[in-house]
Amino acid sequence: MTLNRRIFMGTGAAAMASLSAPSVLADGHGRPRVVLIGGGAGGATAARYLAKDSKGELDVTLVEPSRTYFTCFFSNLYLGGFRDIDDLGHNYGTLAAKYGINVVHDWAVGVDRDSKMVTLAGGSKLPYDKLILSPGIDFVDGAVEGWSVSSQNAMPHAYKGGSQTELLKAQVMAMPEGGTFAMVAPPNPFRCPPGPYERVSMVAHALKSSNPTAKIIVADPKEKFSKMSLFQEGWANHYAGMVDWIGSDFGGGNVSVDPNAMTVTIDGEETKVDVCNVIPAMKAGRIAELAGVTEGNWAPVNAADMSTKADADVYVLGDASQQGDMPKSGFSANSQAKVCANAVRGALTGSKVFPAKFSNTCWSLIGTDDGVKVGATYEATAEKISKVDGFISSTGEDSATRKATFEESEGWYAGITADMFG
Amino acid sequence: MGVALFAKMTLAASIAAGTSFANEIGDAEAGEKVFSQCKGCHQLGAGAKDRIGPHLNGIFGRRAAAHEGFRYSKSMQRAGNDGLTWTAKTLDAYIENPRALVSKTRMSFRGMKDATDRANLLAYLRNFSDNPSNLPEAEPTATATDHDLDPAILALKGDPEYGEYLSNECLTCHQSDGSAVGIPSITQWPEEDFVVAMHAYKRKIRPHPVMQMMAGRLNDDEIAALAAYFKDLE
Ligand SMILES: Cc1cc2nc3c(=O)[nH]c(=O)nc-3n(C[C@H](O)[C@H](O)[C@H](O)COP(=O)(O)OP(=O)(O)OC[C@H]3O[C@@H](n4cnc5c(N)ncnc54)[C@H](O)[C@@H]3O)c2cc1C
Ligand code: HEC
Ligand code: HEC
Repeated sequence: MTLNRRIFMGTGAAAMASLSAPSVLADGHGRPRVVLIGGGAGGATAARYLAKDSKGELDVTLVEPSRTYFTCFFSNLYLGGFRDIDDLGHNYGTLAAKYGINVVHDWAVGVDRDSKMVTLAGGSKLPYDKLILSPGIDFVDGAVEGWSVSSQNAMPHAYKGGSQTELLKAQVMAMPEGGTFAMVAPPNPFRCPPGPYERVSMVAHALKSSNPTAKIIVADPKEKFSKMSLFQEGWANHYAGMVDWIGSDFGGGNVSVDPNAMTVTIDGEETKVDVCNVIPAMKAGRIAELAGVTEGNWAPVNAADMSTKADADVYVLGDASQQGDMPKSGFSANSQAKVCANAVRGALTGSKVFPAKFSNTCWSLIGTDDGVKVGATYEATAEKISKVDGFISSTGEDSATRKATFEESEGWYAGITADMFG
Repeated sequence: MGVALFAKMTLAASIAAGTSFANEIGDAEAGEKVFSQCKGCHQLGAGAKDRIGPHLNGIFGRRAAAHEGFRYSKSMQRAGNDGLTWTAKTLDAYIENPRALVSKTRMSFRGMKDATDRANLLAYLRNFSDNPSNLPEAEPTATATDHDLDPAILALKGDPEYGEYLSNECLTCHQSDGSAVGIPSITQWPEEDFVVAMHAYKRKIRPHPVMQMMAGRLNDDEIAALAAYFKDLE
């Protein structure tokens, strides 16, 4: 294997051992090879389950540029002051040391599906028998007039975890008294449907104590959004008069921004703002497109095992996939990863493959101890991942229920991060 | 007692207007004798105080764990927060098998299998609730004992390998090392407690939308498989 030692981060003996072990090409002998690109909710989970359940029968390599993965989930709670940034960071040490996964900190820059080879930015090449992509999202160029990725310091998206989230928080905390926070919300489909609205709640929560006369404007290209009545009830209860949500009926979709002048123009009306959080339209992480498995913005997959429609040996998980009814969430990516890991292990080692089962629950925090949730179960049909059953919190629930719901979300955060990183 | 019998009794009660309320769900007099099984821990009537368990005046229509000053178990408080309210149906399920409804309840009472005894007991308890006539009319028929788990279900031997696969879905929320932050631990439970709890969610006797949904699509064998797998998880 042409793995370059310089870019290799084997923190444990197991990982070092597999580095020095001879590896052979796919069509030869040796352990079957699975390469995963992206160590987030989908990729880290799939890598862990493949390594854990195959008990050494598979050679599992995870490619991820960051040494610390900062979750997007709960990043809004950091904006609201309910979490520290360090609480959101997780590293790959246990995956390498305890599960024997080769963790390679580099970018994948190309996939050659004919020779079944991944190329990394550092120049090395990784052969695979099965390739799993879970690269998350990138933004559609030109989606918001006046904004491009190069404007992300003036007008952060904070829709990928880590430094962008910290930047947005610093900007919110530095707002002048009575200042204006603007959000440009994304069109469907996008990562975490309740995410922008939980963010509005958490920014309002932070401002309510530090800057109570500040205002929040949301320009939204949609007519309605996830958990809308729950959020609107919560905004009226906790942040009366602070949040102005402008939906598509009122021109919320007709927006341009000027990152130099710090202005937002909604339906022809220009406003000077202090912070502008632009969340543009999204598409699959670029490597999915480079691998040639996307159609339009996303990668269509088969529901039973998450293999792409384009190539039975290439799988796409999480936000980048186009699978049917599941929302793009960390919970969904984690759920899909486990179905995929079971199928891939079965295909490579002959282990038993059980029928696919998926589920999702998304919690949102609206104010202190005021949590709500929405969830559903799904099954694989011939055309898509299809919803079976679901539930949503109701408006007017009492405070004990809302508090219990919030506490559950804390339990879930601990659970899913343990499920991803060991 | 089956659904049909209940329906008949309700009908009879509504024809004979003025009959004592208790007739609709059971015989309160007989229930007083059954209450001797509860007496060691619960008081009832004028001057009733909390003992090992809370006094049971006004229990119908009250939220679980809502009696002030009594120290309930975490499980019971959680059930109350989830919206568990004491009705003929939920009381019947709790008395039948306390751990089906509230897994780690502090009430050490092994349960009352006899449905007639339970119906009589409920009729007796109901006489100590402030306003029994305000209770929903549909309630008595709802006490039909369809939550009584078939012993064959409890006898099923679960396949731990299948359980391991199915458990993947649970481990997004419940932790495999048994730690419990905000979401309870489900490892190393007696299999029977696990099975009755899952069936109580499946049948929506136990409140909680997430767990009702998760359990709702598991069949009897799958629940047994999960119980077998989680029992031994260290
Ligand atoms: C504000 C906010 C709040 C959210 N809240 C919730 C919530 O409460 N619950 C919930 O379930 N979800 C939530 N989400 C959504 C959740 O974060 C995503 O749906 C989830 O992370 C998707 O997982 P993924 O594996 O598809 O992508 P990611 O988790 O983003 O992982 C992708 C990884 O791939 C890596 N990568 C990308 N390209 C390459 C490449 N070429 N080579 C190597 N590596 C690459 C990236 O560095 C990244 O680490 C939230 C999102 C946001 C923005
Ligand atoms: C060994 C003592 C004991 C016996 C016997 C017992 N209970 Fe309990 N009961 C308790 C305790 C302790 C609690 C509090 C449980 C908790 O917090 O989990 C309780 C709780 C309850 C509750 C819930 C009260 C509330 O406020 O939410 C009801 C209803 C109840 N018992 C009914 C009965 C009935 C009816 C019987 C007889 C069939 C009975 N119990 C027998 C100890 C007992
Ligand atoms: C989305 C998160 C989530 C998932 C997934 C989930 N659970 Fe739960 N589970 C919970 C919560 C929250 C509770 C507490 C519910 C309550 O208060 O009754 C719970 C309670 C339970 C209980 C009762 C625990 C007690 O002490 O009363 C059992 C048993 C259980 N779950 C089993 C499972 C099994 C088995 C699965 C997988 C098939 C599963 N759960 C999947 C969140 C989840």
